[in-house]
This record gives sequence, structure tokens and C-alpha cells, in this order.
Amino acid sequence: MPPPCTRCQSERAVIVRPKNYDKLCKTCFLEVFEAEVHKTITTNALFYPGERVAIGASGGKDSTVLASVLKTLNTRHGYGLDLILLSIDEGITGYRDHSLETVKRNAVQYDLPLKVLSYTELYGWTMDQVVEQVGKKGNCTYCGVFRRQALDRGAASLGVRHVVTGHNADDVAETVLMNLLRGDLPRLSRTASIVTSTPSSAQTDIKRSKPLKYAYEKEIVLYAHHKNLDYFSTECIYSPEAFRGSARTLVKDLERVRPSSILDIVRSGEDMATLVPASVAPKAASGRESRYGGENVSVVYDLDEGTGGCGSANGRDSGGEMARMEHQLRTDQNAATHGLETEVTMASLGTPTSGSSIAVGVRPSHVQMKKANGKGLRQQTAGACERCGYISSQAVCKACVLLEGLNKNRPKASIGIEKTNDSETLDKGLAKVTLAEKKRQQVAQTEL
Amino acid sequence: MAEKTKTNKEDFIPLTVEFSGGLEMLFSNQKKHDVSIPARDESGNSSNIAFLVRYLCDNLMKDPKKEFFIQDNTVRPGILVLINDADWQLEGEDEYEVKKGDNILFVSTLHGG
Repeated sequence: MPPPCTRCQSERAVIVRPKNYDKLCKTCFLEVFEAEVHKTITTNALFYPGERVAIGASGGKDSTVLASVLKTLNTRHGYGLDLILLSIDEGITGYRDHSLETVKRNAVQYDLPLKVLSYTELYGWTMDQVVEQVGKKGNCTYCGVFRRQALDRGAASLGVRHVVTGHNADDVAETVLMNLLRGDLPRLSRTASIVTSTPSSAQTDIKRSKPLKYAYEKEIVLYAHHKNLDYFSTECIYSPEAFRGSARTLVKDLERVRPSSILDIVRSGEDMATLVPASVAPKAASGRESRYGGENVSVVYDLDEGTGGCGSANGRDSGGEMARMEHQLRTDQNAATHGLETEVTMASLGTPTSGSSIAVGVRPSHVQMKKANGKGLRQQTAGACERCGYISSQAVCKACVLLEGLNKNRPKASIGIEKTNDSETLDKGLAKVTLAEKKRQQVAQTEL
Repeated sequence: MAEKTKTNKEDFIPLTVEFSGGLEMLFSNQKKHDVSIPARDESGNSSNIAFLVRYLCDNLMKDPKKEFFIQDNTVRPGILVLINDADWQLEGEDEYEVKKGDNILFVSTLHGG
């Protein structure tokens, strides 16, 4: 028979907390879990009263718990938040269609509005179609890059400037370790931050935050279990990321031996972030910090478009103004079919180029990439994709590069990006894809 | 004497075993299983969770991906075990000796959110 709860001393304990070995009963555990999320929110001043906040909802345990807890805390503590569920439909039959049913039920259960945005609407491709073309290997890159933009675009379309995601302490520890193992300090510092944002030239400056950053995955799963939350759990039917899988296994193995390891890695990540020189870890200008609710919060700007795949979007994000730019892209294609050069549109997007075939390989002058010691630290400077206007440190954002490859039936150029994150590889990929620029447009035209 | 015959090797313990968090996919997509496991393990000791896991692997699990459930002869890290709804850490983890009518729930935390 389990011992009594160390907090209330009366009920039967149901959980040993990984962070401090406290033995808690069901009621005390649920209370303590919610109180800790509330503390994370208030300490970091994540929200302001009346803020519209979109919850990135997948139907999985993390986002389901996040939605439930935020709904509870919003009522209990009078945050005054206007909460909305935002789901991305990647178009994966047998996986996302089922989890979306869960999100739809959650919307009813928590009485929250739901917006679903599909890859088909945004990119003209479902992930099933992408996999059909590129194969199971490397498809996670497409999904990761597309999803990152999709959440921002969805938020923008709802007039929401803050997206919260269900990333938990285990996810953050995993990503900290991955970036440590890759020697990628700039990304490590972004990963460790609870709030990230993208400086965008447009009005759509979307903030991302992770209210469950300090919550153990174990406690999230047990919270869902003891609260009888309705969540969907199955692995994506397409290939998992091997490297993330290894980091995940390492984290779980460490937890078994020493449960506090997970929060210790998260804290180490935060401490290491402070050691990353400002020149490689772009931070918000001081004027912006207060705007993002709280003097003690530093917003880390994130120009990462995501080379990782599923689950690697730990608050790394970009801001978008995509709907307009997609319209622009279509205009480009119309222009191309009428014999006009794409350069007309490129110029109108504010990036002077001498024609699309050259422009693809050339970075705008305001984009700088610095390399030290070969694979060393690189500085990212905000620019906009000259195709779609999405925030990008490259001349053309990754989504557009990937889309171009897809639309041309030439996926190889983009698969190379997944194997190495080196920007030079991307350049090579870009150089390859330029050759058939016009052909792409014709193909794209017929696809649309 | 009656005690002795009660605990001979032929005796079985009826249990309810549940899988969730995606683990059910390894067990014929069925969440709840009523099983009876031998009261004694291979060495004649009272059956505990470690033995239950081995037994389930050999007798209930049709899926060949055993390593997704069992690792180093015990439950794979990242899978939570609840014994009658309580964390197995409160009960001695895999050394807990199963009792008639116990409900053992295995929840994976490893699947996508």
C-alpha cells in the first residue's frame, strides 16, 4: 500500500515527483502542478491582461494539458486571456486526421474556439503527397519547416500575436543536449529561452512561449491521466529523427538514474545561454522587452527557420506575413506565364535583383552570415525571403526552397539540407534549383 | 500443507494489464487485457513486475519490437508504470510482487505530443 501524501498527510500518494521526490496524492498533485505552471507564467510575465493567445494544439498530451491548465488558470487567477486553439493539419492520413478529431473534442470540452490550418491551404501539398515524392527519409525536414511557418501564419490570420506551445522540460533538455552535441551555441541559447520572437519587417511580430518549460513529461502524462484528459497518442507514421531519438533516449536513461537531471539540463542550458556572446545570440532591443510583458523577460529573437523536423520547434520560430506573399507568388506565376520576368515582382518585394535566376543564389545585402573556424558560430541577421517575404536569414526561406524542389519534382536538392545544417549546403541546393526556375513556375501553375 | 499446494507452480494470478500513451499499438491495439500470470517466476520467487514484463513480452506481445517495451530486463525508461493507479516508485518499482486483481497500467511518455 502506498504511503500517505507528504503534503496533506491524509490521502494515499499516487506520484513520486521527479524534481524533489515528494510523494503526493491525486488532489495535491493536480494543485501543485497547476500552481507551478502559474508561477512560471507570473515569474516570466508571459501574458498581459486581455491578450489573445493561440495554443498550438496537436491533440497530443502536452498541448492538451497546456490547454486544460491555461483554461483553468485563466479562470482561477483572472488572467483575462482570450484563448484560441490553433491546429496545423499536415495532411498525414492515419495520424493527423485522428489527432485533429481529438483537438475538435478538446475545443468542446474546454469551450475554446478552434482554427485548423492545413498544409494544403498554405503550400498546396499534404505531407502524404510530400512523402510520396521524396520518400520517408528526409520528409521530417519538410514537415518541420512548413509547420513553423504555418503556426505563425495561422496566428497572424487570427490576429493573434502570441502562440504558446506544449514543449516540456524533457523536450527542452533534449534540445539543449542536441545543440550541445552539435556545438551549436546560438541555437542552444534560443532553445533555453522561455520566450522567443521574430523581428519582422511586417506588423506580424509573433511571440512564442513555452509555459510548460519546467514541467516534467512524467507529470504532464500523469496530470492528463488523473484528470482524465482526452488526448491522442501515436507516433507519426513517417520516419522519426534518429538524432533526436538518441538524445531523447539519453534524457530518459538519465532520468531513471537521477530524475533531477532533466531540470538540471534545462538550467544548464539557461546558464550556457548567458555565456553566448551577444554577437551570436540576437536579443531583443531593450525597448521591446517591456512590450513583451515584464522587465525581467528578455525576448530572444529567432531567425531559425528550422532544419530539424518534428518536435524540434522548441520555441524557435519565425514571423510571417504569408498570405499576402502567397498572393504575390501567384501573381509572379501569372506574370511568368504572360512572358514577364519575375524580377518585376522581386523588386516590388524590396529586394533589388536582376532576375529570378540570379536572385535565388544571391543574398540581399542586409543579410550577413559570419563564419568562424569552419563550423563555428554564425551570426544571423534578419532578412525577408524574397519569394514569400517570410522572415529568413537566407535570400530565399527554406520553405520556399523546399517547395520549389517539390514543385519541380526534384527533391534531392532539399534533402541535402537535412543531412547537414551547414548553410553552404543550402547554397549549393539553391544554386541547383535556380536552373529550372521558369520550369518550376510552369509546373507550379498547373499544380495550383 | 494446504498452503503449499496453493502456491505451487501451477497457480496463476489474475491481473488487469493496461497500455496507453501509444504502447497499446505494441499489444494488438488493445488497451485493456485480462491476464493470468504464474504465481512464481523462473527461479521460484513470487512474481514481481520485472517478471510480469518478461511474461507479457513472451506471451502477450505479438509485435516483434520488444525493445520498445523492455530494456535491460525491465520496463524501458520513459514508460510510466502505475500499480493500482499509483506510481510504481511508491511500490518498489519492478520488485513489487503482484497480487490477485491488481491493475497494472503502462503509459508511454515517448510518443508525440
